[in-house]
Amino acid sequence: MLAMDKKLWRELWAMRSQALAIAMVIGSGVAIFIMSLSALDSLYETRERYYRSHHFGQVFSSLKRAPLAVIKHIEEIPGVDKIETRVISYVTLDIENFDEPVSAHLLSLPGSGSGSGLLNQIYLRDGRLIESGRDNEIIVAEKFAQAHGLKPGAKLAAIINGRRKILTVVGQALSPEYIYQIAPGAIFPDHRRYGILWMARKPLASAYDMDGGFNHITLTLAKNSNEQDVIDHLDEILKPYGGVGAIARKDQLSNRFLSEELKQLKTMATVFPIIFFGVAAFLLNVVVSRLISLQREQIAVLKAFGYSNSEVAWHYIKLVLMIVSVGVIAGIGTGIWMGNALSNLYTEFFSFPYMIYVLKPQVIVAAAVMSMVVAIVGTLYSVQRAVKLPPAQGMRPEQPTLYHRMLIERLGLQHWFAQPVRMIIRHIERRPVKALLTIIGISLACSIIMVSGFQKGAIDYMIEVQYGISQREDLIAIYTEPAPQRSLYSLRNIQGVEHVEGFRIVPARLQFEHRSYRTTINGIQPQSHLLHLLDTKLNKIEIPPQGVVLTDYLAKQLQIKPGELLDVEILEGNRPTVQVPMVGTAKQYLGSNAYMQVEALNQLLKEGNAISGARLKVDNRYQQQIYTDLKNMPRIAGVVEQRSSIRAFYDTMAQTILYFTGISTLLGAVIAFGVIYNSMRIALSERSRELASLRVLGFRRTEVAYILLGELALLTLIAIPIGWVFGYGLSFYMALQFDSDLYRVPLKLNLNIYASAALVIIVSSLISSAMIWRNLSHLDMVAVLKTKE
Amino acid sequence: MLQDTPTDKNPTSNDAVFRVRGLTKSYQMGEVQVDALRGIDLDLHRGEFTVLLGASGSGKSTLLNILGGLDTPTTGSVYYREHDITHANEAELTEYRRDHVGFVFQFYNLIPSLTALENVAVVTEIAKSPMKPEEALALVGLQNRMHHFPAQLSGGEQQRIAIARAIAKKPEVLLCDEPTGALDSKTGIVVLEALQRINQELGTTTAVITHNAGIAQMANRVVHLADGLISRIYTNESLVSPDQLSW
Repeated sequence: MLAMDKKLWRELWAMRSQALAIAMVIGSGVAIFIMSLSALDSLYETRERYYRSHHFGQVFSSLKRAPLAVIKHIEEIPGVDKIETRVISYVTLDIENFDEPVSAHLLSLPGSGSGSGLLNQIYLRDGRLIESGRDNEIIVAEKFAQAHGLKPGAKLAAIINGRRKILTVVGQALSPEYIYQIAPGAIFPDHRRYGILWMARKPLASAYDMDGGFNHITLTLAKNSNEQDVIDHLDEILKPYGGVGAIARKDQLSNRFLSEELKQLKTMATVFPIIFFGVAAFLLNVVVSRLISLQREQIAVLKAFGYSNSEVAWHYIKLVLMIVSVGVIAGIGTGIWMGNALSNLYTEFFSFPYMIYVLKPQVIVAAAVMSMVVAIVGTLYSVQRAVKLPPAQGMRPEQPTLYHRMLIERLGLQHWFAQPVRMIIRHIERRPVKALLTIIGISLACSIIMVSGFQKGAIDYMIEVQYGISQREDLIAIYTEPAPQRSLYSLRNIQGVEHVEGFRIVPARLQFEHRSYRTTINGIQPQSHLLHLLDTKLNKIEIPPQGVVLTDYLAKQLQIKPGELLDVEILEGNRPTVQVPMVGTAKQYLGSNAYMQVEALNQLLKEGNAISGARLKVDNRYQQQIYTDLKNMPRIAGVVEQRSSIRAFYDTMAQTILYFTGISTLLGAVIAFGVIYNSMRIALSERSRELASLRVLGFRRTEVAYILLGELALLTLIAIPIGWVFGYGLSFYMALQFDSDLYRVPLKLNLNIYASAALVIIVSSLISSAMIWRNLSHLDMVAVLKTKE
Repeated sequence: MLQDTPTDKNPTSNDAVFRVRGLTKSYQMGEVQVDALRGIDLDLHRGEFTVLLGASGSGKSTLLNILGGLDTPTTGSVYYREHDITHANEAELTEYRRDHVGFVFQFYNLIPSLTALENVAVVTEIAKSPMKPEEALALVGLQNRMHHFPAQLSGGEQQRIAIARAIAKKPEVLLCDEPTGALDSKTGIVVLEALQRINQELGTTTAVITHNAGIAQMANRVVHLADGLISRIYTNESLVSPDQLSW
């Protein structure tokens, strides 16, 4: 090994704790980069492969009922490849030892109808497929089976088209169509209260009068076909059969949610590493600058002996690259491990049959190259400055730094401060850029910690607004099909039901100018007690007798203002297309809907006073009995009880949230520690003579520590509020990135979040201080004063 | 002792390794302008052992630094053999130092993280036809201390390592800036003996800066500097060996 390389190794070893702190910051950036990108690639790859191997459809459409003969017309649509027709129904289940209402989608198994392209195949996890002729056998979705412990052989009762039927579970399965399983209208998965079941087509068709017909169709497309053309054709064909409008795969619910999740992951994969690499560049700059200023004379000597500028520069760059390499290697290892863990977490949260962990070599290369480039850029300036110094000047000791009277002194306030405090402030004033960068580094750490808190806080707030302020019912009963208003009497008559309000829901396409959106129009009662539409200040607003109120997000997407006319195409019944004035917006974090007074909506539909279901306020004491009564009402297809769904959601989310909170807190702590520890070490190195002199003059160790640590304490205290501002900004950016028509992430940062971020920063700086305290005890007064600076 | 003229414009022999003419150097030290050299004419001859004497601030270090290509003059010219080093660029100066010059500094300037042997190797690794680091250490009598780190060596030993490091590449000129300045007289003598030995055995042109007049007795030629000017130059007819010196 060359002598210069030995020098490098030994110096690296001597500064190992600082190097390690920097390597940790770089490693964290690399780890989070690799974790997010590999998880992202894994999810993409797994989803792609799963979709392909199980022939996930590309266009989906629900309809009322069409005869199988229609398939012929659909086959003729240019661009259609395979077709799968199905019978799907929404049913209520009765599960032993579970009183609450359970609803489920009951699907006919693919391959059991004519024109079957075997689309949306299931992945059988356990048990067997349904044997032909077995009318009471079902396969249940794995998550649902797990939630209720439904093993093959288990039995459950389903109310199928008003008739109670006992079904036997023969298998557990997953489906590419239900990677994310949520009940209609829900936003969170609740595997205890909503399930997916498959059964043979024949008995299902018989029960719903679908023999020789279907009420759902899925298509795949030929290569180079135009998706929108196919959808338009399909809608045209299915219109007479009550088609509610076909959707493309990208709008398919499960796929949508998954895509949103991937989008969030992508944001994380870009924002976080940028912060880490930025901080790492700063740290390397600070540490290398100091190292170089300590080695001023050595550099001069090397140059005196004929080492060229580039050789000297390369020497220090090698040192930096070694530190970076440690970080990169550790980061890659940790990143792969965390990426695996995260992918598995996603496999759990979403229903994937397997997870293919994908680690693209280019991700690793990108992480390594980025770290190296950032590190070199961060150190180049100080290296360049060092080699530029003529050797003769390099060997002269550095000029004592020129201190100026500081601002406080110019203001005549110095008497307020003791001498040590003046030393602290002067030192900060002398190196304002370094102090500023230190503050920024600590602030960024603070902001990263806040982001994790923000996600949890946002969900809490979202739920509070949606289910605490806006939706006030205890239960929602959904009818099998629209029924007259008077059907509410039977609900009111149930013992324990305190208040009932009917509502009407119809699918519709809303269009303003060239922008359109498919959603549902909710007809609600005027002066509703159980559904409050809210303005931005969360005050209740009333829907005028005529006109439609839109979710604020939807109005923005359509770029429609109150008073303008909205084109509404109703997607059921007579499918009228009408113009309705948009009269206002309602603040909503979940979904993108339209609201009208129920009477006005029914007038549009040219139907009588029909409702699709009811919101119920109940006396908790009678809850069990109410469930039983509702289950026994043939008209009721399902009962939604959001509050328990939310609890269930929190249970499933707890792990994920904990994982992310844990990671970002840890990473924030790493940055804080890296910045604070390195700043302290450098301050110690720069000022050891000064501090040792003070010790000689009789200062106590605590007093000397006060000068050194006081500076960092001051910078930390300045950094925390700035970090709060950064954290707010970062959360704001993330929230903006996460916004979609499915949900908007509110920016609600409660006091807890601010406090815990500050706490982590303070603890990190206390740990650094404790480590520096040890170094202070080694401060050798005699030796320090003897050596030549 | 033979008195020379204070300037040295017409050298008797044409074997000058360095030819310095009209050299001035000013630099800014904080808010103060320092005129370190105010017009120097001087030749240094091949194989000669020259001592540059002068008080602190006389400009001797600046002169040595310019000779060694560590610094550039404000005006005037310096020739190393036929090469004009005043107009050499950074890269040429680096090559010049790398191939021709050896330095010894007052504070040794060893690299603390390298052993004695490695400190020498740092230079031999980039030199064209160096001696072995061990050989160089043997020349200064430190073959037994090769694997010690600077911090484990005495000041005299450290300075001898520095000499070994300077001569290991077999330079044509050896420039020493107060080589005994940080040493007591006994240790200083050992260091001077090493320098003399190198000068005699390898024929290296040697220039030693000192403010210690006693050392002048071992030099072929003595140049006195004061206030950035040469005040006098003389040649010693008989040389005193270092062990006879005292200060």
